[in-house]
Amino acid sequence: MSERAVASERDLVALRPEQATIPPGHPWNRIPLIAAVCALLGAAACAILGAANPKQFFFSWLVSFLFFLSLALGALFFVLIQYASQGGWGIVVRRIGETIFAMLPLMAALFLPLLLGLRDLYSWTVPGAAEHDALLRWKAPYLNVPFFLIRAALYFGIWSFIAILYYRGSRGQDVTGDPGVSARLRRIAGPAIIVLAVTQTLASIDWIMSLTPKWYSTIFGVYFFAGSFVGFIALLSVVAVAMRRARLLDTVISAEHLHDIGKFLFAFTAFWAYIAFSQFLLMWYANLPEETIWYKARLEGSWMYVTLFLAAGHFVAPFFYLMGRTVKRKGATLAAGGAWLLAMHFVDLYWQVMPTLHPEGLRPSALDVAALVAIGGCFVAAASWLLRRQALVPLRDPRLAESLAFENA
Amino acid sequence: MPFDPSRTSGSSRAPYYGILAEFATPADLYHACERVRDAGFTRWDAHTPFPVHGLEGAMGLRRSPLPWIVLGMGLLGAALGFVLQWWVHASAYPLVISGKPYFAWPAFVPITFEVGILFAALGAVFGMFGLNRLPMHHHPLFRSKVFERVTDDAFFISIESWDPLFDQSATGKLLESLGARSVEILES
Repeated sequence: MSERAVASERDLVALRPEQATIPPGHPWNRIPLIAAVCALLGAAACAILGAANPKQFFFSWLVSFLFFLSLALGALFFVLIQYASQGGWGIVVRRIGETIFAMLPLMAALFLPLLLGLRDLYSWTVPGAAEHDALLRWKAPYLNVPFFLIRAALYFGIWSFIAILYYRGSRGQDVTGDPGVSARLRRIAGPAIIVLAVTQTLASIDWIMSLTPKWYSTIFGVYFFAGSFVGFIALLSVVAVAMRRARLLDTVISAEHLHDIGKFLFAFTAFWAYIAFSQFLLMWYANLPEETIWYKARLEGSWMYVTLFLAAGHFVAPFFYLMGRTVKRKGATLAAGGAWLLAMHFVDLYWQVMPTLHPEGLRPSALDVAALVAIGGCFVAAASWLLRRQALVPLRDPRLAESLAFENA
Repeated sequence: MPFDPSRTSGSSRAPYYGILAEFATPADLYHACERVRDAGFTRWDAHTPFPVHGLEGAMGLRRSPLPWIVLGMGLLGAALGFVLQWWVHASAYPLVISGKPYFAWPAFVPITFEVGILFAALGAVFGMFGLNRLPMHHHPLFRSKVFERVTDDAFFISIESWDPLFDQSATGKLLESLGARSVEILES
């Protein structure tokens, strides 16, 4: 117990609500409006450009939808493991995660436009696709439109249920201060993680893998999870540093917390690479057509450059960049790494989805940007609107004092 | 018992290791370390039964060079692992395996990774041994009777006699003034 830990525990153990809210007149109060305007402009651009090229619109929308969905799912996993492991350090940044996974019901609404384009996106939904294809016929009990829709409804129902349960519980504790809330949420965190793992795996199979309906990969769900968790931690690092810069929570989130966020980012960057390479290595080695078909599309033409960029930008560069201690403890350097990995997470999803539409090579489209701005605008507007209405940390969590005083050994 | 520099267990003229001071609590030790650090001593150490958070800051220790050793060893191991496989498969004894090219780099990655990890781990263990000058079969501190409680409930500072600022009488008095429960002179 160092001098500093003792001092900070004494000073901050009773965090007053006004120390952890966005004060009136603060620039962050304007974010919801700005983001909503962006969302409207993006949606208008999608409508105008998409009318001329609906197929491109649906694929662009799918990439951006998956990007923000994966961030929200990563946030849910992060908070669930904090509860399950009774983690102390992360309490001060937990509300950021809670705000982001509270966007899961919104993601259900943003999923709806894709339903208009199922035939453009998923070749197996075209009537008669399975008729002359033994493999698709064999997969039809799973890959059929009614079951696909039922599953999607189930995923969003389950995710929204868990998200609302945890969000409400945490917000309620701000008022009541009841430590029983933490104990209750901890008890269900383990089962919730299992449910999340299963639904997230199946969702990634439905929405990404089935773009190439004859492709087999048993590790794909883990790959999607790895990307989603890297994406969320990257976002968390950016938001935490941005808050400190904006003089919100600047006395609450310390270099110690940034250091731990940085460790997560470093570790899961390596985990993502481990899973991504495991998938590639076994398929490359076995050389079976139903597996290599997916990589063949990504190792030919200009997609090859995207593949190499992904390997270098999503693993090699951030791995060495985030290795050192100083980089993780300084706001500017950590947020730079986080912003980079967030962008690489988008590239990763783009690389998973787009070769289905453009097997001839990388074809960037204005619709990619329009869909990103439209969905991102909605996401940021809703999340920042929530931030305005709530405390920025779980004020009366029994472990808040431990988190405030946290120091790396 | 007040500190008396003439009271030593051996001949006072014999070369001796330094001074050992015992503190009752981690907090006492922590604050004493800050003062010893601020006094400018360089050849000294603190001994506790369990890790005391922040003590390295109170002692003014620089960060260990061990991470650099681990990184260097890891990179060296990875490079050696990769070159070994290239030499075996593509140069010394080329064989067609599963219809893959001789230089089938994706197949080399797991071994490259594992050898990198192995060397990094060996670098961490033996680097730590080297930096701590281990194994060490005896240490003058073990002559002290009170020091036996270092693995139980006592906290110590030892200052070595070859510290440039060391002065038997003044250093002992300093430690006593910092709240030491006992101060003794250690033979080498």
